[in-house]
Amino acid sequence: MNQPTILIPHASGTNRDHEAAQAIELAGGIPVVAHINELRSGSVRFGDHAAVLLPGGFSYGDALGAGGRLALELRTWFADELSEIASTGRPVLGICNGFQVLVKAGLLPGPLSEPRRVTLTENERGRFECRWVTLQVDPGCRSGWLSRVKGTVIRCPIAHGEGRIAVADAATLAALEDGLVAFRYLSDGARPYRGAAEAAAGQYPMNPNGSVNDIAGLCNEQGSIVGLMPHPEDHVLAWQRPSGPEGQSGLALFEAFVEASR
Amino acid sequence: MVVRIDVTAPGDPHGQQIVAAAPLIGVRGLEHVRVTRVHHVDGPLDQHDIERLCREVLADPVVDEYTIGEVGPAQGRAVEVALLPGATDADARELERAIEQLGMPPARVATARRYDLTGDLSDADVELLTRRLLANATIEIAVEGELPPEFAGAAEAHVQVDTVPLEGLSGEQLVQISRDRVLSLDETEMAAIQTHFVSEGRAPSDAELETLAQTWSEHCVHKTFRASIELTHTASDGTVTVTEHDGLLPGLREVTEELSPWWLRSAFVDDAGIVAFTETHDLAFKVETHNHPSALEPFGGANTGVGGVVRDVIGVSARPIACTDVLCFGPADLSDDELPEGVLHPRRIRDGVVAGVGDYGNKLGLPTVNGAVLYDKGYVANPLVYCGALGILPHGSHPTVPEVGNRVVSLGGRVGRDGIHGATFSSAGMDASTVETVGSAVQIGDPITEKGLIEVIERARDAKLYTAITDCGAGGLSSSVGEMGEDLGVDIDLSVVPLKYPGLQPWEIWLSEAQERIVVAVPPRCLPELQSLCDAWDVELTDLGEFSGSQRLKVRYGDTSVVDLPMSFLHDGLPRRRMVAAWTDPAPGSVPVPTPDASLLLDLLSHPMVASKEDVVRRYDHEVRGGTVVRPYVGPEADGPADAAVLKPLGVAGTAAVVLSNGICPAVGRHDPYVMALNAMDEAVRNLVAVGGNPDRVAVLDNFCWGDPTKPDRLGSLVRAVQGCTDGARRYAMPFISGKDSLFNEFNGEAIPGTLLISALGMMDDLATAINAAGMHNGDDLWLVGAHQSALGGSLVSDWLNLGATTVPEPVADPLPRYRAVHTAITNGWVSAAHDCSEGGLAVTVSEMAIGARLGVTVEMSDDDGDPFLALFNEAPGRLVLAAAPDHRNDLGALLGDQGRIIGQVVGRERITFRFDQSTTSGDVSISLPDAVDAHRGGRR
Repeated sequence: MNQPTILIPHASGTNRDHEAAQAIELAGGIPVVAHINELRSGSVRFGDHAAVLLPGGFSYGDALGAGGRLALELRTWFADELSEIASTGRPVLGICNGFQVLVKAGLLPGPLSEPRRVTLTENERGRFECRWVTLQVDPGCRSGWLSRVKGTVIRCPIAHGEGRIAVADAATLAALEDGLVAFRYLSDGARPYRGAAEAAAGQYPMNPNGSVNDIAGLCNEQGSIVGLMPHPEDHVLAWQRPSGPEGQSGLALFEAFVEASR
Repeated sequence: MVVRIDVTAPGDPHGQQIVAAAPLIGVRGLEHVRVTRVHHVDGPLDQHDIERLCREVLADPVVDEYTIGEVGPAQGRAVEVALLPGATDADARELERAIEQLGMPPARVATARRYDLTGDLSDADVELLTRRLLANATIEIAVEGELPPEFAGAAEAHVQVDTVPLEGLSGEQLVQISRDRVLSLDETEMAAIQTHFVSEGRAPSDAELETLAQTWSEHCVHKTFRASIELTHTASDGTVTVTEHDGLLPGLREVTEELSPWWLRSAFVDDAGIVAFTETHDLAFKVETHNHPSALEPFGGANTGVGGVVRDVIGVSARPIACTDVLCFGPADLSDDELPEGVLHPRRIRDGVVAGVGDYGNKLGLPTVNGAVLYDKGYVANPLVYCGALGILPHGSHPTVPEVGNRVVSLGGRVGRDGIHGATFSSAGMDASTVETVGSAVQIGDPITEKGLIEVIERARDAKLYTAITDCGAGGLSSSVGEMGEDLGVDIDLSVVPLKYPGLQPWEIWLSEAQERIVVAVPPRCLPELQSLCDAWDVELTDLGEFSGSQRLKVRYGDTSVVDLPMSFLHDGLPRRRMVAAWTDPAPGSVPVPTPDASLLLDLLSHPMVASKEDVVRRYDHEVRGGTVVRPYVGPEADGPADAAVLKPLGVAGTAAVVLSNGICPAVGRHDPYVMALNAMDEAVRNLVAVGGNPDRVAVLDNFCWGDPTKPDRLGSLVRAVQGCTDGARRYAMPFISGKDSLFNEFNGEAIPGTLLISALGMMDDLATAINAAGMHNGDDLWLVGAHQSALGGSLVSDWLNLGATTVPEPVADPLPRYRAVHTAITNGWVSAAHDCSEGGLAVTVSEMAIGARLGVTVEMSDDDGDPFLALFNEAPGRLVLAAAPDHRNDLGALLGDQGRIIGQVVGRERITFRFDQSTTSGDVSISLPDAVDAHRGGRR
């Protein structure tokens, strides 16, 4: 079987690369964790991999804003590689800090433009928080590779301090709602199997950070680049789940990602 | 040219947090706070560059606003706060890197924060806000108005080695030198140093004196735990016995050697204890304290506490995989007039400590999975911060023997004036002037540098690139290099040590406790490979010198000799202390108790000791590494407290899981420290058993936090606690594998309650058998394992109702059969939920299970239970509540025998009810589940 290799870049402070690699493996891909220094030196190249997964963590300790420093590195050191990835439509997935990097680099929701109209900023409660949430792959999302899991409900933890999606104005929000919302936080009482998934309606803690319209993740216009704040890679095995409904693992998301990378 | 850039986010939640906190410190007029991030950039950057920095690096285009070159118009009163020179300023460093990365000319950066305070504020209000909420004088400078930038590296470099003549000095003069230099050495010790240097015919250098003080400090060498002690023990009946104790530490080690289970790999000899986990992997576990620094700078103190204990685990070649933290604070609602001068308010200490613990663990990518938070007036001036770390390593992969000719290599952070005198400072009491004299002993951590060390050491270990390793902690290089070179001798050059800024004297470089450093012994042929590994992971490597074989500690700065001491004197020259201890057991007695009622139960559920700690725990990532099986909070709403954490380490094959738990009961120790030790050990074990851990595979750590051991009553209680530990280790067949003591926790002569933390590391064969306190189902039986006792000394209810009970519950005489039976029942799958009985007794235990499960319970109390009040609220050790389906009634009954009985049922979703037999006068104690949930969230405070 064709097993695509998925590049998982590691910057100083990245820390969920192990779990991301485990999820890729379970989903049938071959993870390749590479330090930014290796990518800079050319010993590992973006172009040699079928897809890119930017994992969670605290790249550069969140100094100067979460994800900002790594975003700057991507833009200054790897501008050509990134535009090549974007233009060829190879799948990119950013989780938590990886999502922050993609947003701060202007790749999500994209296209690269100045000034950015969407950001990830401090949680409404002004503090880091770790808890399990329920999210849904938004049925209206235009991402091609997410279409395999459209509407799927995933339970997994969040662990972040700067995960609130904020937009510059109503027009930007309307643009996001036109197919760029990839994931949304659901309310606790959601009954997805009965087709009645309910949005969290801004309520804490179901929407844990105060994100506008309960948005948990975004995709770009082509739908190839996807990012989200929660950690589906921390729920890919049944025993990782605390009490609650059976299933709702994050593995389906990684299977879709790997499938799209073939 | 210096350009100032101000960035502010109008919706910044930190401003709102300050507004919310102001009334708590008595400032009522504060209406709004605008927080501004200030950056001073010094370099040949043009306007275009600066604009670009703002747009691309400093200011978020959606939420931030910025101004260049000018200070925005003040709103109300403006206060500016900056880190003192020398404190780690990560934002400044990252901005300097970003400037370089953008291809701009190199620039120096200094940062600050500005607070625009609006509202009806007096000068006194602004001063109070600044001092209590905005800045900490230990590490920061604050002024009203504009603060001129201080760039790091402004100081002039100079190399000077001073000598300190000791010959002919009197004992009093020697003690004066010790005091002036914060050496914390007593007259006998100073005299030994005097004799040594007189015999060498010279005066010691400043660095030699400091080296000896560090190596001989209580912190490093545990003088009290090695001392010979005479204990005068007065029993409650007046019988006096005098016993000689040939060292407390040897006693603890002896019992470990006596037990020596097959799975014990290494105890007491290294930075952390090591036990077997699977056939291929071992686990390393260590718990440290960082009390004194956390009292002065809570965030930095706790932050570096986590960093330090994680390095202990790296220091035995393990990859850290989890953290624990147990915190003891003064009451959060302490009134200001009860707060001693020079002490931070407990609430501020708590918030800073919790943020500091979370910041470091989260950024390292380590789940913080087990802990406790205790509140007691005894901890107002001396908070306790216990930080633990668990690591994993392939069996047999940790090398410990350096060879002659190996290089002495330091990895990690750069050296500044940080933390100088940490080891000696923590070996003395504190008073209001402590901040001024030892401010430099406190620092801020840099978890990202430590993360690099974790990655490098794991790979260097697997490639066998080093022959020995140790953490660079208290005492800095002086301790780590001095210890590693004990058998061989070392010769090192301080002039190659990379500095954060110039201007450090050689002794400061030698003593600096700058964080995030590891020292390894490296065969010269392995150095190139280690260097390229470090380059790949952005870790700085410095070759300091070599293991010489001269049996001397030789430290140079270029050609200037700084230290030249025989290792024998450094490590064996310390005169052994003789100390005197006294302890009197409390007189036995019982106290009259009231009739229990629903209101009391709700009060206890809402008590800070019992109420949910979710507001703390959720600030820690307990999920990272994807191995958390039992989390700190359990149940459908994830708000029922768990007994212990269960972890399945990522990347280890099989079904085996690790269990982490703890036991701590200082309130019992107030009356009887011996019983406290046994009961804390019992608590740790029963917590561990409650989630499915095997009671025959438990290793424990001791952490003693006590007052000044030169006072006989303090030392007496410490000796009694250690006796409890050694007796407990035998009784539970549970070896101590490592430990730590933090003494001198006193403020103005007042000691903390002697506090022993027992941290337990256990195993379970199959993670699928893990259960938690909230897993029960409607219709399950509730079983009580163990028996009540009537003694209320040290119990929460005695404290809450001021009952004044002094007699503490008896330790469990023969605990293992009971815990083995429970363990068998759990592994057989007969038990749906288990919860340990501790603070608040049976009533609180059952209520917590019901809250966690969102199910009702009815407990039928009988004559067997005795007095209703005592039955509900006594805190006898050895008790667990189990839930099990009625199908297992016979099996469980046969297995538990007279150790367990059914006390009630899980019924519906409405109420928690304790029903009493007709023969008692008490009515039912019954609360609604919603009321219980609300109380547990702190709703009645």
